[in-house]
Amino acid sequence: MKFLKRLLVAVVIGLVLYALNLAMSKEGLFGIGVPLYQVDLWKLAGINVILAVSLNLINGFTGQFSIGHVGFMAVGAYSSTFMTVYYTQGLEQSLAGAVGAGVAAAIVFLLVIIVGAIAAAIAGLIVGIPTLRLRGDYLAIATLGFAEIIRIVIVNTNRIGAATGFRGAVDPWPGRVTIPAYTNFLWIGIFDVVTIVIIYNIVNSDTGRALISIREDELAAQAMGVNTTRYKVTAFVISAALAGVAGALYGHWRLPHPADFTFVRSFEIIIMIVLGGMGSITGAVLGALVITFLPELLRQLPGEVYNYRLVIYAALLILIMITRPQGMLGGREIGFNWLKRAQRRPEGDTAVGADKGVPIAERDAPTADHAKEVENR
Amino acid sequence: MDTFVQQLINGLNIGAIYALIALGYTMVYGILRLINFAHGDIYMVGAFAGYGLAYFIAANLGLAGASWGALLIVLVGAMITAALVGMAIERFAYRPVRKYSRMTTLITAIGVSLLIENLFVARYGGMGRGFPQLLNDRTYQLFGNAAISKSQILIFVVSIALMLLLQWIIYKTRVGTAMRAVSFNLNSSKLMGINTDAIITFTFALGSALAAAAGVLTAQYSPTIDPLMGITTGLKAFVAAVLGGIGNIPGAVLGGLLIGVAETMVVGYGANVGIASTYRDAVAFAILILVLLLRPSGLLGSTVQEKV
Amino acid sequence: MSGSTEQNASRRTQAESILTEAAHTARSQEVTDTSGAVLRTDKCTIRFGGLIAVNSLDMAVREGEIYGLIGPNGAGKTTVFNLLTGVYEPTEGEIYFQGKRIDSLRPHQIARRGVSRTFQNIRLFPGMTVLENVLTACHIHSRQSLADAVFRTPRFERDEREQREFCLELLKIFGLERFQNEGGTSLPYGNQRRLEIVRALATRPKLLLLDEPAAGMNPAEQEDLIELIRLVRDRFGLTILLVEHNMKVVMGICERIQVLDYGKPIALGLPEEIRNNPKVIEAYLGD
Repeated sequence: MKFLKRLLVAVVIGLVLYALNLAMSKEGLFGIGVPLYQVDLWKLAGINVILAVSLNLINGFTGQFSIGHVGFMAVGAYSSTFMTVYYTQGLEQSLAGAVGAGVAAAIVFLLVIIVGAIAAAIAGLIVGIPTLRLRGDYLAIATLGFAEIIRIVIVNTNRIGAATGFRGAVDPWPGRVTIPAYTNFLWIGIFDVVTIVIIYNIVNSDTGRALISIREDELAAQAMGVNTTRYKVTAFVISAALAGVAGALYGHWRLPHPADFTFVRSFEIIIMIVLGGMGSITGAVLGALVITFLPELLRQLPGEVYNYRLVIYAALLILIMITRPQGMLGGREIGFNWLKRAQRRPEGDTAVGADKGVPIAERDAPTADHAKEVENR
Repeated sequence: MDTFVQQLINGLNIGAIYALIALGYTMVYGILRLINFAHGDIYMVGAFAGYGLAYFIAANLGLAGASWGALLIVLVGAMITAALVGMAIERFAYRPVRKYSRMTTLITAIGVSLLIENLFVARYGGMGRGFPQLLNDRTYQLFGNAAISKSQILIFVVSIALMLLLQWIIYKTRVGTAMRAVSFNLNSSKLMGINTDAIITFTFALGSALAAAAGVLTAQYSPTIDPLMGITTGLKAFVAAVLGGIGNIPGAVLGGLLIGVAETMVVGYGANVGIASTYRDAVAFAILILVLLLRPSGLLGSTVQEKV
Repeated sequence: MSGSTEQNASRRTQAESILTEAAHTARSQEVTDTSGAVLRTDKCTIRFGGLIAVNSLDMAVREGEIYGLIGPNGAGKTTVFNLLTGVYEPTEGEIYFQGKRIDSLRPHQIARRGVSRTFQNIRLFPGMTVLENVLTACHIHSRQSLADAVFRTPRFERDEREQREFCLELLKIFGLERFQNEGGTSLPYGNQRRLEIVRALATRPKLLLLDEPAAGMNPAEQEDLIELIRLVRDRFGLTILLVEHNMKVVMGICERIQVLDYGKPIALGLPEEIRNNPKVIEAYLGD
């Protein structure tokens, strides 16, 4: 029953995404189409959502301070595009004969996305294990350092395009093999949903409580039996894997270029989650949308002011931090009921004993008097 | 041997610049626990201020061409300008968020950095521009093929002088004593009657002035400046500060020199061991990570154990 | 919280039996006998630089007893706790729990062995509700894997349900179930201390370490606390080691007391012996 419900929700979301994707294609959906530059913006927004929601697991929920998220995205982008350029073309052709070109492309793309995720997860493990004995700002700068090293290694590797960006293989086969543009809004949307569901399910579980306890009080968490090192690494690996997915989607849409993966991009992702409210999934989504669309909105500025749009953007950012430091949602979640209904909270959520079966709203709320009474008992 | 000496001179030279900037990072961190990501941009602002001043005095004071007087005016003027900018940033951007979480202050710092960069790009364009030469630069042969240029000597002399001055301010003056007190404990210092706000402002002024000096000095050595010149240099200087133990002043100098030398050594010798000179920019980070793994709080930083 | 033993025995809950099972009791009568010791330290010493914070401490806590560790300010009591829970590693000496060495284990490993603690300056998880605070402490006994959580498997649902029921029962025993959805740190002080004890119990310990549980409490709250600690021991059959400053509380509940001064153990005995021990009186009043 529960399974059927979940399936239903998944199908509905899938259909909506499919319709959106059609609307964003050249042909449009029943004549309704989205202008091309807006399509690109929505794609970027979708990829940013994956990045922000996944980084939130480390920075927002686990309370660690990573500013090297873009490094994992780069690993995902380059490893997956490397696969499609050098290895999967043949596979796709042979599959196409059996199942048709569209399905073959989908299978291959899913495969290389997984490759990107695994590569990024391994990078997360390699970065996570040694650096997690560092604290606070030291951890931050070490993650930034790793991300920069990844980028510089890319710049120095000719097989993936080095400093000029990866556009495909130069000459392994007759004719140039380019990176296939598999990514469309449907893929991005699906992985947005997957990312959000994964992070939501993790956060609302034993693992999530262990992670949050590390954020709240690392020492007390250890005293409660939480292996803090292991859980920090877990958070790093999961977060990195999802950033790798974002990278794979990005790489099969725009050709990966080292300039896309500088630490400035990491900062941008942090800005998204801080703006949305640390430790809030919906906040991260909101932050990603705002940070993607705000610069575009500022493009509408007239004449002379237009030149200063990025200055205004930066000034707005500072202003928001001064006036609303907790971010837009301040760690709260909004509008998650549709997800909750799909999975229903465990029954234990409604209190046992005398209160059993009484809806929460009808239970008498504890009052100040009551608190005093209990304390004096 | 010649090459080694040459690389060492060049490395210490770049290192001195990193050190001057790193001092600003480390002082601000020591006092506020704030990573002032806009500090690299102050270095750029200093260079631009020097650029403006050089043209101004050339046009108005007739001090065109190379002269020690012009150089002094440009250097001091740039330092004062940057100090004022640093104080303004502290007052209007950092002070309001000082009590908020680390993440919030970090974003504010990034915001300030973006603001300065984009302002300069919008105003002056993103292209590099030549910095007027205020020094009749020439090269002195040391021995063999090793050489040192006048501008390099200038960097050494001025940076050492400024570091000694800083040392004197911090350890021998009242305001320096107050700075040290605030870096130990801001709240207790406040209770002891120290005007902590003034001290913090002063720290920003001091750090910004040093960064501006680094900007003008660099521009004498490699005379092209652009609005984004502070990003990479600033980042490496920050790495230098962390490497030495952030909050630790001798550590910042040590970290700066170390990274400068390591970079030039990679350029000079990396090819022999299979490291392309293009890995130059990665060296700083590689050293940083290695050092942090062995000494999690930097070379000269002290470990503070959390009280239970 | 007026729970007499007989009354409680009649309504044993599931949470109770889980806890009791975790800490079965066996007691020894002799004051200095170390044979039945569940926790034992052997010449345990720790130095911070030149300072010897704990000096050659021998301690033997028996199963099921309430053991008090007292001493003047700065005597090294909390340091002993930090040694026992793996926050610090002793410079010299050994620590045994249930016959096995634990002195080089990390804090979470010691917690898994069945040693749980509270903190002198309450360390609840500020961003969590009362229930979440306790649920987090069930971590050791959680049977769900990360994959279970991601795919919301039946095992995940069952595990979550069981943990919640256990935690709510535990909260109920301590009169905190009404606050389950409130922020843990928004409770009044006395209830925060109480919640910290519940959280420690949720790890299903065999040995409970209480670090100055009476700190900051008024006399009425102290009375309450004495009752509470007895209740915990009697109902769950735990061994309790407590560090305390407050003589009334210590004398009121401890069965044996050890006194530390400048990191050195100076006396060990029954409460009345300690009360009249000249060395102890000197340590507290002299100097």
